[in-house]
Formats: sequence, structure tokens, C-alpha cells
Amino acid sequence: MSGHISSNVSPFCTGRARVSPFPLMQNESGAVVSTEKLGRAFGRRKAVDDVTLGVNAGESLALFGPNGAGKTTLLRILAGLLKPTSGFARIGDVRLPGGPAVRRRVGVISHHTLLYEALTARENVEFAAQLYGVRDFRGATERALGRMRILDRAETPVRMLSRGLRQRVSVARATVHNPEVILADEPFTGLDMLGAAALSDLLNGLRSEGAAVVLVTHNVDEGLALATHAAIMDRGRIVAIEAASGIDRTVFADRYRQLVSNNE
Amino acid sequence: MSEVFRDAWLIARKDLAIEFRTRSAFLSALVFALLGIVIFYFAWDSSAVSAIDLAPGVLWVIFTFSGMLGMHRSFGVEQPDRGIDGLLASPIARESIFLGKALANLVFVVAVQTVAIPSVALFYGLPLGDIALPLAGIALLAAIGLVSVGTLFSAMAVNTRLAELLLPMLSLPFFVPIVIPAAQATAKLMSGRPVGDAAPWLKLLLAFDLVFVVACALAYPFTLEE
Repeated sequence: MSGHISSNVSPFCTGRARVSPFPLMQNESGAVVSTEKLGRAFGRRKAVDDVTLGVNAGESLALFGPNGAGKTTLLRILAGLLKPTSGFARIGDVRLPGGPAVRRRVGVISHHTLLYEALTARENVEFAAQLYGVRDFRGATERALGRMRILDRAETPVRMLSRGLRQRVSVARATVHNPEVILADEPFTGLDMLGAAALSDLLNGLRSEGAAVVLVTHNVDEGLALATHAAIMDRGRIVAIEAASGIDRTVFADRYRQLVSNNE
Repeated sequence: MSEVFRDAWLIARKDLAIEFRTRSAFLSALVFALLGIVIFYFAWDSSAVSAIDLAPGVLWVIFTFSGMLGMHRSFGVEQPDRGIDGLLASPIARESIFLGKALANLVFVVAVQTVAIPSVALFYGLPLGDIALPLAGIALLAAIGLVSVGTLFSAMAVNTRLAELLLPMLSLPFFVPIVIPAAQATAKLMSGRPVGDAAPWLKLLLAFDLVFVVACALAYPFTLEE
């Protein structure tokens, strides 16, 4: 594992990217998601510090890092929920936080479920589909719930679902509009084997169709299984980044464990 | 522009569906309103103050405070699972979120008024017959102003630790320019004056409504900055 990121070069311009079916979404370097010297401070604390990266269409970046490393903050900036305090992030050519046209193309799987407990699973997903302007929102909802194998609980109020089932609904909610960019923060939280398999299939399927995925996780095996690239964040900075195909999992896992234990 | 209102309606419908299922805010506001009417009634010395002089004040104190219960919940329902992040990450305009929340709050306040006005009339022995329609108009105009201000401050207060305290502290000073003309117009009607006598107060109420709706819708996106 090596590969400290140089400041201005996208680390993922490896020549492996497929042609995006969404050409408007790529910027001049080919990246769908990119950041340039991105920083976000809360008071004097830098949660994200000088992060430069790029994710092409059809690629998936797994971000690992100890608690407080800045992964979620980075994802929230990419989702347009937080403004950077230095540098910038872009989806395609559009500088974030961007407008409705960009947000329409992004799907956010948050650490929180973003669901309303009093509404049923179907109502939650339908509501999201309508927010994203999906014309056939009923059909899209049916498909999204089906993909996450939770159609049989579609009419159950979310408050009556277990954490894992809520997470499945949350994933269906985030992907009901077939996003071209998926930002996933700990998406496997609470999922059983069936749910995890459904999520892996979904993310791989969307990626093979040309979507770009940024995935935050603590689970090295799950992350590397889904990723084309893996990065480790620590104290707001990306300290290592590499193509997943060239990674020795044991060495990577050891280094990650070491980093986490050093932070404790 | 039509998209803004379409999305606002989506959000209002969602909020009303949640309130309809849980009924928590409506029931507490209703109980508060009815208790307030009863307390004012038993504290009232009818030989010192006539019903016509007291009722408008009672009505607007009750509307103001019971409405606040619903407005506090308005953004509160977004908190448990960060539903607000889902709204903010979606392509809808920020103004749609504000208008949707305000519309749901308006339905809430009007529902409370629908029960409270006849209750006040009943307790204070006021004949509502001829003034029912103009009184409903005043109540609606005032409700528009109240929910505009209340929705904005609810959005500001919800992320703070003292939301329950902060919302009334922020809102009440801005409620004053709405409650005064509303109470004055109500008093004119209840004392048997023609609607024309209340016209200056109604114009003032309308002007404050316009200012508050526009200003609050424009100010709302700034409450979201982190």
C-alpha cells in the first residue's frame, strides 16, 4: 500500500474507466465525482483537509478510516449538504453544492435512514421518487423495494421494522431514481446476509451501468469486494489510495487496523 | 414556479399524513386550546368585563400559543432519522420545503381554530351567526402570518438544544404585528360593527401577511447553512 495523493492529480485517472452513458456528468478529466484541495473546518478543527480525488463513471471508491477521520463530512459535502471552507468538490462539471439538476443525479445512503417512522415503507420510497421527479413513481417504488427484497413488508409502517429492514428501505429510497452517483455512508449497517447481498448486487449493478460510487465503510472485506479503488482517511486527509485489484487484503486490513488502534 | 408549489404540496401532504397517523401535535394543541378557554372562563368576572371585550383576547392568546405547539413539531418530525437531509439532498427548491411546511402548519392551525372559535362563542355566549364568515376570514389571514413566522423560526430552532424555549422567544415578538390587527378586527365584529369598520385592521393584517410570507420564504434557505 502506498500512494499518497499528489495535490492536483486525480488518482483515479488510470485509463480503466468505461465510457459513461451520462457524458454530461463527466468533467474534463473524465471524473464524475471530483474534489480539489477540499477542506472543511468546524471552528479550528479541520474535519476534511486538502483532499483531492476523482471517481470516474463505473468506478467505486471505498473510503476507510477511524471514527472522526472526516469520511462522513466528505460525503456530506459531496451530497451538497455541507459547504466546503476551502477548495471545491464537483459532480461532473458542476461545483457543489450545485443545484437541482445535479442533486437529481445523486443518491444518498446516509448513516441515518432518512425515513419517516409513521409512514409505510412504500410511502417513504414513493415520497422520495416524487421528490426526484420520477414519472412512474409507483412502478419505480415497486422495483426499488423489489431490488432490496422487502416488497413483502412494503405496507408496514417503518417504526415497526427492525433496523436491518429499515436500512433496506433506506437503500431503496436512495436508489429509486436510478442515480448516476451513489454516496453511501455505512450502507451495510444492520443488514443481514440477504440484505447485504441485495445491496451488493444493487451497487454492482448500478456501477456496471456506469454509476460512480463513493462508499464509506469500516468493513474491509465488504468495502474491497465492492470497490475498484480503496482509500484510507485519517484526521481529514487521505493518507493512502490504491486500485482495489492490486491490494493485498491482509496487508491492507493490517494497516487499517493499525491506524485505527493508533487513534484510540 | 409551478414545480415549487407542486413540491410544496408533496411535503405538506407528507407532513399531514404523519400528523393524521400520530395526531400527537393536534391533540395536544386542541387540549391546550380547550383548557385555555375553560381557565379564562372561570377566571372571568362578568360583572367587571363584558364577554364582547374579553372574547377576542382569549381567542387570539389561545390561537397564538396552541399554534406554536404544531409549528414546533413541523421540523421536529424531520429530526429522528434526519429526514431533512433527504429533503435537502433531493432536487426540490429550498423554498418548496418552507412552503410545504407552512401549508401543513396552516391546515393544523385552521383545524384548531375550527374547534376553538365555536367553543369560545359557546362559553362566552356570543352569537356567531352573522359574523361567522368574516371571522373565519380574519382567522385565516392571521393564521397565514402566524405560520409563516412560526415555520421559519421552527426551522431555526429545531437544531438547537433549547428548541422548545427558543421557538416562542423568537416567534412571539414577530407575532405581535399579526395578533394586534387580528384581535382588533375580531373585537369590531363581535361588538356588532359592520365589516367595513374592521377594514383598516384587515388591510394591515393582509400587508403583514404578504411581507412575512415573502420574507420568510426567502430567509428560509439561510437557516440551512451549516
